[in-house]
Amino acid sequence: MSRARADEEEYWHSSKFRAFTFDDEDDELSQLKESKRAVNSLRDIVDDDDDDLERVSWSGEPVGSISWSIKETASGSTSSLEGRDSSLQKGSSSYAALPKQASSYSLSSLFKGEDHHIPYGQMALTDTGVKNYAPELRRPKAEYKDYSSDWSPRDTVRRMQRGKVCSLERFRSLQDKLVLLDEAVAGHDGNVITAVLIFLKRTLRREILFRELEVRQVALCHLIHFLRETGEQKLLLDLLRTDCFFTLSLQLSQYREHLNIQDVEKRREFLKGCIGLPFSAEDTSHVQDHYTLLERQIIIEANDRHLEMSGQSEIFRKYPRKASILNMPLVTTLFYSCFYHYTEAEGTFSSPTNLKKTFKIPDKQYVLTALAARAKLRAWNDVDALLTTKNWLGYTKKKAPIGFHRVVEMLQRNNAPVQVLQEYVRLVEDVETRLNLATKYKCHDVVIETYRDLKDRIQLTAYKCKVERGSAEEEKINSILNNMVRSAY
Amino acid sequence: QAIVWDEYLTGPFGLIAQYSLLKVSAGRGRGGSQPCPLWGDAPAPAQEHEVEKMFTLKPGRLPPADVKNIIFFVRPKLELMDIITDNVLREDRGRSPQRDFHILFVPRRSLLCEQWLKEQGVLGSFIHREQYSLDLIPFDGDLLSMESESAFKECYLESDQTSLYHAAKGLMTLQALYGTIPQIFGKGDCARHVANMMIRMKREFPGSQNSIFPVFDTLLLLDRNVDLLTPLATQLTYEGLIDEIYGIQNTYVKLPPEKFAPKKQGEGGKDLPTEPKKLQLNSAEELYAEIRDKNFNAVGSVLSKKAKIISAAFEERHHAKTVGEIKQFVSQLPHMQAARSSLANHTSIAELIKDITTSEDFFDNLTVEQEFMSGIDTDKVNNYIEDCIAQKHPLIKILRLVCLQSVCNSGLKQKVLDHYKREILQTYGYEHILTLNNLEKAGLLKPQASGRNNYPTIRKTLRLWMDDVNEQNPNDISYVYSGYAPLSVRLAQLLARPGWRSIEEVLKMLPGPHFEERQQLPTGLQKKRQHGENRVTLVFFLGGVTYAEIAALRFLSQMEDGGTEYVIATTKLINGTTWIKSLMEKLEPAPF
Repeated sequence: MSRARADEEEYWHSSKFRAFTFDDEDDELSQLKESKRAVNSLRDIVDDDDDDLERVSWSGEPVGSISWSIKETASGSTSSLEGRDSSLQKGSSSYAALPKQASSYSLSSLFKGEDHHIPYGQMALTDTGVKNYAPELRRPKAEYKDYSSDWSPRDTVRRMQRGKVCSLERFRSLQDKLVLLDEAVAGHDGNVITAVLIFLKRTLRREILFRELEVRQVALCHLIHFLRETGEQKLLLDLLRTDCFFTLSLQLSQYREHLNIQDVEKRREFLKGCIGLPFSAEDTSHVQDHYTLLERQIIIEANDRHLEMSGQSEIFRKYPRKASILNMPLVTTLFYSCFYHYTEAEGTFSSPTNLKKTFKIPDKQYVLTALAARAKLRAWNDVDALLTTKNWLGYTKKKAPIGFHRVVEMLQRNNAPVQVLQEYVRLVEDVETRLNLATKYKCHDVVIETYRDLKDRIQLTAYKCKVERGSAEEEKINSILNNMVRSAY
Repeated sequence: QAIVWDEYLTGPFGLIAQYSLLKVSAGRGRGGSQPCPLWGDAPAPAQEHEVEKMFTLKPGRLPPADVKNIIFFVRPKLELMDIITDNVLREDRGRSPQRDFHILFVPRRSLLCEQWLKEQGVLGSFIHREQYSLDLIPFDGDLLSMESESAFKECYLESDQTSLYHAAKGLMTLQALYGTIPQIFGKGDCARHVANMMIRMKREFPGSQNSIFPVFDTLLLLDRNVDLLTPLATQLTYEGLIDEIYGIQNTYVKLPPEKFAPKKQGEGGKDLPTEPKKLQLNSAEELYAEIRDKNFNAVGSVLSKKAKIISAAFEERHHAKTVGEIKQFVSQLPHMQAARSSLANHTSIAELIKDITTSEDFFDNLTVEQEFMSGIDTDKVNNYIEDCIAQKHPLIKILRLVCLQSVCNSGLKQKVLDHYKREILQTYGYEHILTLNNLEKAGLLKPQASGRNNYPTIRKTLRLWMDDVNEQNPNDISYVYSGYAPLSVRLAQLLARPGWRSIEEVLKMLPGPHFEERQQLPTGLQKKRQHGENRVTLVFFLGGVTYAEIAALRFLSQMEDGGTEYVIATTKLINGTTWIKSLMEKLEPAPF
């Protein structure tokens, strides 16, 4: 401690408050009080527990500085407990205050709403004026020991955790500062860690700070969090650019920034800059895709807005766009393109096939999205074409990578006519599902044919009541029933 | 004076400022015969403190109120500081009398926030800046929560262990009130940290040795990341389902009003209520206490049994002949009516839930979950998940399923993981890389390391999957997920009997260290256990706990030959949805 003591001495002598010495506490106290009153003459409430000493900072730094703001008025409970066992508490060690502290944090006292906890009690008095408080009890001398400032880094951290005044300014050497930081990290209290970091950030050269944080990952995380919260983007990016931090997945922090950029052109530029960051291979391709997509969307948006305004395109007149396509996900963009630009040649940026190719959209995803778009437009021919495949002999076959039951549901949702619907219901492989769907959507023909194939007379007869009297379906059932009878004989 | 509330805080504060709940908590303590002084007396109503107005915090000018003092009750969040700044700056300086501002941080003053206020040039406007330390909030007789929403995220994504520090502090407070807990067990890195901090706090403060006879025999500290699986699965207890579907906040739930329309003759359908129905759910309600922890499939029969009992009780009036009998009937009326309205409420809630649990999608989703948890097809791309993505189901639902699959396979094969990632990004937007990255960092979604899948071993050793589950009269905790026994609770159960030594191998497979610490008690305070007396264990979930896990622990407490009663503490009450949400990147800039 002797070194710290020496520092202290030197400090006091260089400080503008050098007039105060610790030799005569009483005298000094009154002086301080006076000076404090002068400084705070604007304040109309003299808070009895916000200790008078605080405003004239002991470290000689201006009121309102960081170390000043670190001070937390947890000492709010002093006055009420003072009479009880203050000498015992304050006397022994600086930790002896903990029982009081612990009790003031207790649930029971919380619920009792004890005065010293919230300023409630005091507030209630404001009508009569807080200034009318009884003269402050003189505090035991020992208490003022709290304000001597030769604590070890450890004690300092401990005190800060408990919300006491602490000046960090006295930690001058790099060594001291780092010990302080390590102590704070060991205490796990983020509030204190941040306080120390703010102090270091202010008093250390950037390169040194970064270098030291490299081996102190927990502290580093706190600093990053702090910079992000306070929006100190520049320092954050500087931090990220330092080679040593590439091991951390901080590139994403930078990528995240694009969300705060409203202007699309700027956002695009920003994303372009992100591509070069050392992401994982997988992430790089996603970021690249993100950039490409936004680039496309900007082009498509410009064209389509123009088309829509000019009123020349029928599709835009018939189905005006509900929102801009900018910043929409890829699949939504594909849907849009299948809706408005379905027939365009592959060469144009807005054509679905171009999108499919550029972004390597899987078949299943593509068919599903295209189906949804074309079904919405009730373009049943396109739907049919999407589900038809030709083999090399020229035979055509119906195929649905997503299963025909899903196709049926999607078409039904878009109010497809029964004729269209039943064509696909018929293709549902699972008999059970096919019957269910056919019955549900009244595809009578399919139901009847299925029962016929199953040779299920009973069900077929029962189904007769579901079709209209005298309709073609009824006739069909009858004729099948007759045939079945005949063949049974 | 007037109070301006951060809306988020009104929930937790409602809990401690409400008289009825506090009373109940005190009466229902599970600590055995000891009185439960933890909650103390209810605070006096606000009026006694001359609080005249209460506002919620929002940007703009503060509403006029003829008060001298304005007190802001806020969490230490920067976005809230901005609102306060706005409030203060717009305050009419010319008005007289001038109003004084005070700020009260819950649960803790934050240097960052004050610094922020200072930069905005308003710090000096606050005459008092105080903190209201709210470490553990009582939710029920056996349940405490810190309601620290971001604890899991802070610990695992941001390496910020402040919430652990508060947890340790809360535990010290608890020990100051309930006596030193002689045995501490733990599993996981955070658990280790908290135990270390407790030991350190105790060492640094020798006076903490109190002379209170210990209520708790054991403290079990559990990291949430030891059991990432449980919160991802859909909870199937009554309370768990209410939370999954409607979200319980600070014991309150908001329900669609349709089913709660007053059924009076003549005015049917006239004016249906449009406001959501708000109900408080806790063990003070007899019926709810009985059914909250049951599997939902067992709730219906209880409700109908209750209905019969109540109608029978009302029928009694026909048999009441003498004046004495009538008098007795009348004296029971208030109780019966309360029981009837409680029954009506829960019948309505059960109907609402049933509509959902019987839906096709709920069934499909549950089937996939159960397949994963029992170890079926966890190593390939799942069709149902793909379909859900294609149909653009809510992203959180997708993430829950994919993470569940990943956890049940000790990580996904690289190809499978890449496939899911691509599909999610293409369908929901590339910016979700950030969220996926967070999930990866938290260990919820990851590539399988070294190609080894430990889950089957863990599942078998800890008996996490039970095929013969009895939902009506359960004999095992697996009833809370209709087959899956929550890993965390299994650890607690095995700790009590036969002890963790029997599962060393599995414990090594789970992340983080496991440990045991002892805190010496003076001889006078050492317990001499009576025969048949239960041990009391406090289980602290660091990073959140689900209602289903709580139900499972309560089930263990009630087992006749269990020998252990549990009290539960946590950083936050969670379910899969709220948990995943807390890990997602906020994609929209804050509205202010």
